[in-house]
Amino acid sequence: MTETILRQLDVFLADPTGLHTYLVVSALLFVLGLIACMARRNAIGILIGIELILNAAILNFMVFWHFRGGQATDSTLAGPMMGIFLIVLAACEAAIALAVLLNLYFNFGTVEVDSIRRMKR
Amino acid sequence: MKEIIVRLVQILSEGTNISFVLITVLVLASATVAALSRSVVQAAFALFFTLLGMAGYYVLLGSGFLAITQIVIYVGGILVLLMFGILLTNRPLQREKADAGRLYLVAGAIGAVLFLGVLVHVIVAAPWAVGVAPGAPAGDVRPIGRLLFDRYLLAFEVAGMTLLLCLVGAAYLVRRRDQ
Repeated sequence: MTETILRQLDVFLADPTGLHTYLVVSALLFVLGLIACMARRNAIGILIGIELILNAAILNFMVFWHFRGGQATDSTLAGPMMGIFLIVLAACEAAIALAVLLNLYFNFGTVEVDSIRRMKR
Repeated sequence: MKEIIVRLVQILSEGTNISFVLITVLVLASATVAALSRSVVQAAFALFFTLLGMAGYYVLLGSGFLAITQIVIYVGGILVLLMFGILLTNRPLQREKADAGRLYLVAGAIGAVLFLGVLVHVIVAAPWAVGVAPGAPAGDVRPIGRLLFDRYLLAFEVAGMTLLLCLVGAAYLVRRRDQ
């Protein structure tokens, strides 16, 4: 067990601020967002979890762009571009989600997801 | 076990990139609070620091423009929208019930930790073709602006239209209905 962990740690030790460390940070962010989505009962808490997951995704795009092999110059700037479009989509998602939540609150008087079981009042 | 701790300290004190360590601590700590805090207001405030830390990562990864975009849109826009939603839908004097949510938390944590194990294993085991790229030039605003109206024109227009439709739709959803 210790041997395995040590061998895996060597990967990170080789380059502490390299690809692997960033990917693990991103995975942690994703998992935290996942926990928030699964365990929270307030719908806005779930929305916060989704934002965490989206940020993990953007970080992954940026990391793979930054550590790309191959060509030295990249004229497409794919990583930042993907990030920008993802941020725009996140803004759309937040606006729509809050509109839906406000409607839920007007109709049911709560945004706790497990006390809302019907689609209609 | 002791060896592992020694190695971890070794990694952290490498000193090659102290800003990376600081940002990582900030991001992970605040993301934990954002995911697990009992109060939603607290979670939203923690999310603020997570998003700032992510902007720091984008600077380290070579795109200052994305970092600024992150701060302006995420911190300035989405987070304010979230706070707005929280304050509009929070009933005063109503605390979240502790016991009923406990089971969800346990189940979620078990599933998430297993999933994290799979992810980390894949990250370590996969043969990534790593090369450190020079990244964008110091000012990447100009090339990004050009690319948006050249190579990514269609995506740019579609994104703008999507944003417009979403905002109109949101305003339509929350309109005042007079019976």
